[in-house]
Amino acid sequence: MPAPGSAAALPVAAGEHTGALHHIWAIAKRELGGYFASPVAYIFIVIFLVLIGFFTFNVGRFFLRNEASLNSFFMWHPWLYLFLVPAVGMRLWAEERRVGTIELLLTMPVTAWQAIVGKFLASWLFLGLALALTFPMIITVAYLGNPDAGAVFCGYLGSFLLAGAYLSVGSMTSAMTRNQVISFILSVVGCLFLVLAGWPPVTDALTWAPAWLLDLVASFSVMPHFESFQRGVLDLRDVVYFALVMVFCLFTTGVIIRSHRAG
Amino acid sequence: MIKVENLVKAFGPKLAVNGVSFSVERGEVLGFLGPNGAGKSTTMRMITGFMPPTAGRVSVGGHDLAEHPIAAKRLIGYLPENAPAYTDMTVWGFLNFAAELRGLRGEAKRRAVMRAIEICFLDSVVHQSVDTLSKGYRHRTCFAQSIIHDPPVLILDEPTDGLDPNQKHEVRTLIRRMGQTKAIVFSTHILEEVDAACTRAIIIDRGQIVANGTPAELRQRSELAGAVAVSVQDTPASTVNQKLRELPTVKRTLVLREQPDVLIRAYPRAGGRNGELQASIYELAVRERWRLLELRTEEGRLDEVFRSITLPDTTRTVNETATP
Repeated sequence: MPAPGSAAALPVAAGEHTGALHHIWAIAKRELGGYFASPVAYIFIVIFLVLIGFFTFNVGRFFLRNEASLNSFFMWHPWLYLFLVPAVGMRLWAEERRVGTIELLLTMPVTAWQAIVGKFLASWLFLGLALALTFPMIITVAYLGNPDAGAVFCGYLGSFLLAGAYLSVGSMTSAMTRNQVISFILSVVGCLFLVLAGWPPVTDALTWAPAWLLDLVASFSVMPHFESFQRGVLDLRDVVYFALVMVFCLFTTGVIIRSHRAG
Repeated sequence: MIKVENLVKAFGPKLAVNGVSFSVERGEVLGFLGPNGAGKSTTMRMITGFMPPTAGRVSVGGHDLAEHPIAAKRLIGYLPENAPAYTDMTVWGFLNFAAELRGLRGEAKRRAVMRAIEICFLDSVVHQSVDTLSKGYRHRTCFAQSIIHDPPVLILDEPTDGLDPNQKHEVRTLIRRMGQTKAIVFSTHILEEVDAACTRAIIIDRGQIVANGTPAELRQRSELAGAVAVSVQDTPASTVNQKLRELPTVKRTLVLREQPDVLIRAYPRAGGRNGELQASIYELAVRERWRLLELRTEEGRLDEVFRSITLPDTTRTVNETATP
């Protein structure tokens, strides 16, 4: 029999690292690996690139615009992401709950928020990778003209933040159910709300509502914030807006997961 | 190591676990028995910190689960019911992931993973993806995950479920061996496992502990315990039965077999001394010049104890009316 007290000391021995970042990274790495272990990641990237190319060149008339900017490229992102990002986010927690691995994950010595952030970051990085693979757009526009590098950077940053905001909605809806399809649909609806809340055709149709209500609803919308990035304006308020959406949704994810565990 | 006090878990109006208390020390293997839905898994989920209890306290290694969950979870290895594992990973990747979350790195991580693979006989499937594994291997992969950090506390929810008899035997041997230095709780509804691996067993029914003791103590609670089986040749069953019932030490008898030889079980009167019944039957047989084939005191059977404790009263009487 070992001496009493060695019980607590035992697992701490032999080079233990228990920092929050270490846990988040371990979880994110696993999640990312999960994407690439199946064809899901490759299919997603191919579909994303094909669709974005189609909309930019064929629908957005990139060449006919005769301007050295990526407006006809970025303008489609809120709509494309509407379906593609929920497809990435839907499995985040729904799959864990269906297979039961959530029980493994949450009985490890990690906190729930480390798991939530780790999984979210992995998906966000994956979306960032897909976005980065659109780099031929930059090359094209730089070859044809003389684009504003700042505006291009802002456009990409805005797009990345938009993807993160949608994804956080997906994380939330994914935690609500063990069914990925339901998670996907709820997530699309949630993101659609974020898009449409401030869209002029919608706000114009709501003229009967009091102005303060319209403004409040419109202020939830991602569109004005995303558009200001597209114009090449890097406003701290827009960054804060996206950050708040993500923090709120991830916090809600945590609340939902806790309520499941509480039964 | 594990201390559970008045644990209660309510799902809506239903009490899944209702006032469960017990403690497990190092060197103990506690078998957790009970019918399906008795609250075994729910209790284990509360001990491992997956579910917060509605009321009551759990502490592991002196750390309260509610106040210091991370410190407590570090000491626990957990095999959940149905042995879930990330299906898109290889066995190697999965065990490395578990080791990383347990805070192991570099050489320590590599050694821990190798050790777990060796203990759980996973060498042949190390680079296979989890979703291509047979149920037995998947189970052992998840089991390997639970022991990867050599935890002082192991919580195993049906560790032998879905394994073939050889694998069951291996896992039981493993549990017994690790139980010498660890505090282990494992649930099962296979009663022979209690004898094979446990130092103590708890029977839980409808959320409450209905029996708690060593396997031998539990067996004593069996109606059968202390009864004597008599086998006699060349004498009619009715005669043997009649003579046995006349003995002052016999409470009642049950004819188990009449052909080719007679087998009768005699139950002792309450308060009879150990061996008294067997001795008196032996004397009777000598007196009557029976050809005695067998004379054996029954030990009592766990399954009978289990049934009589966990079944509603109405079904228990069926057992008794079958006795002549």
